Formats: sequence, structure tokens, C-alpha cells
Amino acid sequence: MISQKVAQQSLRRLAVQQPYAMRWSLMNSASPAAVAMGRFMQTRQAATNSKTSDPTKILAQQRLNRPVSPHLSIYRPQITWIGSSLHRITGFALSGALYLYATAYLASPFLGLHLESASVAAAFAALPIAAKVLVKGFMALPFTYHCMNGVRHLVWDLGRGITNQQVIKSGWTVVGLSVLSALTLAFL
Amino acid sequence: MAALRSTSRFVASAKPLFRPSIFARSYATVDPAAQDPSPSETPRNKTFHIYRWNPDQPTEKPKMQSYSLDLNKTGPMMLDALIRIKNEIDPTLTFRRSCREGICGSCAMNIDGVNTLACLCRIPTETSKESRIYPLPHTYVVKDLVPDLTQFYKQYKSIKPYLQRDTKTEDGLEFRQSPEDRKKLDGLYECILCACCSTSCPSYWWNSEEYLGPAILLQSYRWLADSRDEKTAERKHALDNSMSVYRCHTILNCSRTCPKGLNPARAIAEIKKLMAAH
Repeated sequence: MISQKVAQQSLRRLAVQQPYAMRWSLMNSASPAAVAMGRFMQTRQAATNSKTSDPTKILAQQRLNRPVSPHLSIYRPQITWIGSSLHRITGFALSGALYLYATAYLASPFLGLHLESASVAAAFAALPIAAKVLVKGFMALPFTYHCMNGVRHLVWDLGRGITNQQVIKSGWTVVGLSVLSALTLAFL
Repeated sequence: MAALRSTSRFVASAKPLFRPSIFARSYATVDPAAQDPSPSETPRNKTFHIYRWNPDQPTEKPKMQSYSLDLNKTGPMMLDALIRIKNEIDPTLTFRRSCREGICGSCAMNIDGVNTLACLCRIPTETSKESRIYPLPHTYVVKDLVPDLTQFYKQYKSIKPYLQRDTKTEDGLEFRQSPEDRKKLDGLYECILCACCSTSCPSYWWNSEEYLGPAILLQSYRWLADSRDEKTAERKHALDNSMSVYRCHTILNCSRTCPKGLNPARAIAEIKKLMAAH
């Protein structure tokens, strides 16, 4: 290190005192020190021109070969996204069931079905107790879960209760409460 | 000459003139004692399953390759394990890494089912449990654990992530803000754009072409919340469509996974509030 510095310093002094001699000596042998000093101008052109071809095209071409990395199948089940997907599924199921029943109700006179409240209630009353509880529970759980989780979403939209700890806690609270209330509804 | 150059420094600090340690410095080598701190211990072998795909063989399907490492000889972090595999077992294993201390965001990947930075993720010491490492979910794979983040960076560019002002300050000095206004940027400016949150978001998986995703929206909010920025209205206008923000369905995987402990979900909720008042 010392020797390098000494060489550098002496070269620098030489350059000041005898610029021409310096140039000659450098032409003959460009020492790394001289290069570092900038006597040999290092030209490094910066790429200032933007590329003429559209980079997105290259990307699209490359994508033809590239696989998409695995996602749903490998992501760890967490209350955040599992809860959210259940919210969607129960929402679809509930509204789908409503639309289906309402349409069938409208069409029933033409199809010869009996979907009036009285006949549905009578048919349900004829079921054994276990089936009653099962059917009621099966209908109640999506409803209770979707309702309570919906409240959670409303609170989040106010910007509250959105830290990790709060989300995990409220998530499991909703699961517990919806199961409890669904059981209550099933045994009513 | 060398002494001349640094005279003032020596005078100022009154350090000893001759410091042999500097001149004796050689290349960093691995201390054999550190490499194997407890040779008497029984080896604690742990298996790592790692996603492999080679662009040179595009017809071959991606596969999982297993490697076994003795944890006694491996550093504590997942990145240490990856580097050791690359150095000692399989040099073809490809992954990004740079700072090894959670500030560059290069080594973002899916480890044991959760997106995180390999350098900040401890290897679970339970050797019976096998670790699985994938690239960031639902990204185009360049090679092995390297995802293509072009779209992510393009989206970042699209939100104009810089201070926009037309006016100067009255005294011509720098743009100042109150400590309260500065405080609004805490929890936002720390984002390193590792893409862990965006690629953990199912909504982003299905709509990454148009939905900006949690990381970019957090950055968006960072500029919306900045008291010095004068283009808040334009920024809001740019977000005012059905896709950019509103594909966020508050799934909240983003905040759950952020290796820096930030809260993109809260930032998005704040954006939605701003937009509602817009």
C-alpha cells in the first residue's frame, strides 16, 4: 500500500513539473496509478438514449416460455385470506340460493311446484329432528359468518382495526361467534 | 509521501502513526472454528425443498429439488442456507440477494408458505420439519427463485413516485414541513419495494395487469400524504377508476406478510377514505 501511494504521488509530481515527459512515459507504459489519475481519459459512455424497441414486447415474448410460480396451492392458510375467501363463497352461496329460490317461486305455478310458504313449512315440519337441525345449521352458518365478517369489513373501511394483531383477533372472534350463533339458530 | 498526505488526520486524531493491522489485511476467509462451532454435537440435518426451473430447458416442467444441510454448520438465516447450498452443493441454484440485512429487498421469496426476505427469515430449528422455498407467488419465473418484476416496477413508475410541485417556497429555501406532517410519512417511507406484499395478495394474483397492488398503493399513499406535494388532486384522479385501487378487497395478506412490519392495508384504507372525500 505504501509503495503504491509513493508511486502515485511521484507520478503526480512528475506530471506537474514535466508534463511532456509524463505523457511520454505514460504512452510507453500506462501504470494503473496513471490510469487512476485520469491522465488516460477513461471514456465510459452513459446510456442516455432510450431503447428504440418497446421493452414490453420483449417481456411478452419472454413470458411465452416462463412458468407462473405456484400461488394458491402453496400459500400458508391464514385467517386473512381463508376468511376472505369464505366471505366471498358464503356471499355467493347466500345470494345464489336467494335468487334460485325466488326464481323458482315465480316459476312454480307454471311448473306445477308447490313453493308457497305454507307448503314449504309443512314439508320441513315433516322432517326428523336431526335433519331439521342439520338443514337449519347448514343454512345459518354461511349467513351468520357473512354478516359478522361484513361488519369487520365495514370497520376496516373506516381505517380502524387493521393492524395484524387486531385482524387476527377479530377474525377468530368472528369464526367463534358465527359458529355459536349458527348453532343457536339451528336449535331454535 | 503517504505520511504527508494524511498528516492532518494524524495530528487531529493523535492516533499512532504506524498501524500494522491495515497493512496486514488480507482477503476475508472463513474461520474454520466459526464454521464448525461444535463439532462434537450430532449433526442436525434439515431438508430444504427448493423450486427449480431452468430457462435453458423450457420444455421441462418446474420441479422441487431437495437439499440436506447440517444446521450446525449453517448460519441462522434462510439466506445462509441458500448461499451454502449454492457454494457447496449445487452452484446452478439461482436466487437474488444483495445486502443480507433486509434493506435491499432482493431475496424476497416464498418460504414455508409465506412471502418474506430470506435474509430476515430464521431457519426453523426443528429438523423434522422440512422447509419449502418457492419464488414469489404468481410471478413469471426467470430462473429458479428469480421472479420477473418488470410489471411491478412499471406500476411503480406509473404512480410518479417523486415530489411534484409548481411553486417555490417564499424564502427560496428547501420545502419544509412540520414535525406532525413528517410523522404522517412514518410507516410509509420505510418500504423497500421487495414485492412480498403485492405477490401475497390473491387480488393481485388475478389482476396484476391493472390493479396496482399493496406495495405500489402504499407508495401512492406516501405521496398523497406528503404535505409538500402539490399534485394530490392529480394523483387521486389517476387512481379514480375501478381497477387501480378498488381491486383491494381487504384480504389483508399484505400487512400479514410484510417483512418490514409495515401496513399496506392501512395505507390502502386511507387512500379509499381520501377517494371517498374526493
